[in-house]
Amino acid sequence: MAAPLICPQTAPAPALFSVRGLRLSFPDTAHKPLFAPAPRIEVLKGLDLDLPRGQITGIVGESGSGKSTLGRVLVRLLRPDAGQVLLNGQDIATLDEAALRPLRRNLQMIFQDPMSSLNPRHKIWRIVAAPLARYANDTSTRNASAARRDQALRALERVGLDPSFGERYPHELSGGQRQRVGIARAIALEPEFILADEIVSGLDVSSQAQVLSLLKSLAQEMNLTIAFISHDLSVIRHLCDNVIVLNRGEILENGPVEQVFAAPQSDITRLLLDAIPLPELDDKWFD
Amino acid sequence: MADVSLQTTPRVRSGRRNLRLWLPLAWITTLGLAALFAPLIAPHDPLYQDLFLERLPPFFMSGTEPGYWLGTDSLGRDVLSRVIYGTRIALCVSLIAATATCLVGSTLGLLAGYFGGWWDRVISRLIEIWMAFPPVLFAVLLVAVMGTGLTSVIVAIALIDWTRFARVIRAETMVQAQMDYVDSAQIGGARRLTTLVSEILPNVLPSIVALLMLEMGIAVIVEAILSFVNLSLSSDVATWGSMIAEGRNAIHFAWWVLLFPLIALFLTVLSFSQLGEGLKQRFDPVLQ
Ligand SMILES: Nc1ncnc2c1ncn2[C@@H]1O[C@H](COP(=O)(O)OP(=O)(O)OP(=O)(O)O)[C@@H](O)[C@H]1O
Ligand SMILES: [Mg+2]
Repeated sequence: MAAPLICPQTAPAPALFSVRGLRLSFPDTAHKPLFAPAPRIEVLKGLDLDLPRGQITGIVGESGSGKSTLGRVLVRLLRPDAGQVLLNGQDIATLDEAALRPLRRNLQMIFQDPMSSLNPRHKIWRIVAAPLARYANDTSTRNASAARRDQALRALERVGLDPSFGERYPHELSGGQRQRVGIARAIALEPEFILADEIVSGLDVSSQAQVLSLLKSLAQEMNLTIAFISHDLSVIRHLCDNVIVLNRGEILENGPVEQVFAAPQSDITRLLLDAIPLPELDDKWFD
Repeated sequence: MADVSLQTTPRVRSGRRNLRLWLPLAWITTLGLAALFAPLIAPHDPLYQDLFLERLPPFFMSGTEPGYWLGTDSLGRDVLSRVIYGTRIALCVSLIAATATCLVGSTLGLLAGYFGGWWDRVISRLIEIWMAFPPVLFAVLLVAVMGTGLTSVIVAIALIDWTRFARVIRAETMVQAQMDYVDSAQIGGARRLTTLVSEILPNVLPSIVALLMLEMGIAVIVEAILSFVNLSLSSDVATWGSMIAEGRNAIHFAWWVLLFPLIALFLTVLSFSQLGEGLKQRFDPVLQ
């Protein structure tokens, strides 16, 4: 109990992402006046946060608190209104798509709904191989495309899918297998960072456990930095090193998981912790 | 277990679906062959008039002449030969006009649906303005300006009907553009145009094919209508539309002149639309 907690501010671990003063708003089309631009709803209200390299940072908060929006800014699917998003010291907040493209191979994402994120008309191997082909230098030769296919099949093996799955279409897989394909696609480029947005919320409990333990072991093997968005505090507690609690676009808590869970700073976090039942998870899941 | 059910359930329903695919395909193939080999198949010259043999009835009636299977028209021309030669015009127009219509309309629909913004505003306005014109009037006007002939018929069809493709494909593209696989392609470093062509297009393609088939049927009808009002081709070419127009005058004493081209027209239009639906389902990996 008395063991000293390592404070992230004093720890020397350099952050992969440093976010400063991040603001983002969406136009409120529901309240648009007839001849004037729509008013804007501020969704992220000046966030400061660091994502330490090689660690899993959980992002929690109630629905609509801006978790996905924050995540999508990190991988630059969204462009913030203001603020800095430093990736390895480089501000990517305002880069245009052409400048981002070389950086994207380092910023991958696993989606919540694999049925929607896997193109139903492409075979699994092609889904995993497509990003590989885009970042390869030798796209012209036929050998290269065969090599890409092998690479994709190896990524599938890495997430526990037999290479024979490569010839299937997404609808021929189970939910858990589809989500593994999503993971395979994300890790195939060997990125530094992966955003995982509610990646197990569509799965049954046992597939959830398998996918989470897979993610954890891959994170360790590949020294991945992961932003893990979830509603489920029990999952966050077992999987993550750090946790950020968002509420209405503001950060309520930010720190190591044990610290936040043991001594929540704000009432809202306390309510969150109380409101969400914390079943005793079997730690073997994650080993 | 999942594999077993996936492979057995579609087979149960495949019988009727296949029929829907193969019957139209058989009819259209027949037409294609007839068009290609018309001079070899047709028993007579479709334009040759023999006033001694006018209004011969078809083979199953009395008073027929051997060799004139479907009878002759008021000028003594062989109906069967004219129907066979008519497939040339019908298929030629439907193939070229529908493909052109499809290319124009689908491209605009894809661009508007995916890029949104100004693309969408301009293209959607264009569609609205276009659709304000009554199509038949539009066609007649066009042909009147451009002069009669196959080219003007084809151009008229493409100019009138591209909005059908543009509207449907725009809506479908907008739905697909919301899917996560589009974001996923961006995450994977794809350019926007690449995403449109290699991710979204394959998902919209079944609808494009279905519309294309429908359009081929429509093109056959439009050509017939324009022939009917004498705006398509000069009367020295056999077309189904001109046969129907001429047959109409003789309907009380030589109904076969009207009936046989009408049947050919009907079956062709029906085949194209059925083929479109059949292909759409066939192409869908989820339904397959
Ligand atoms: N494209 C958009 N246009 C307008 N408003 C948006 C858009 N995307 C998100 N919002 C709004 O921004 C707010 C935050 O959304 P966000 O998706 O980040 O929430 P979240 O924390 O991920 O919620 P959930 O847990 O339900 O996924 C919500 O109020 C939402 O309505
Ligand atoms: Mg969300």
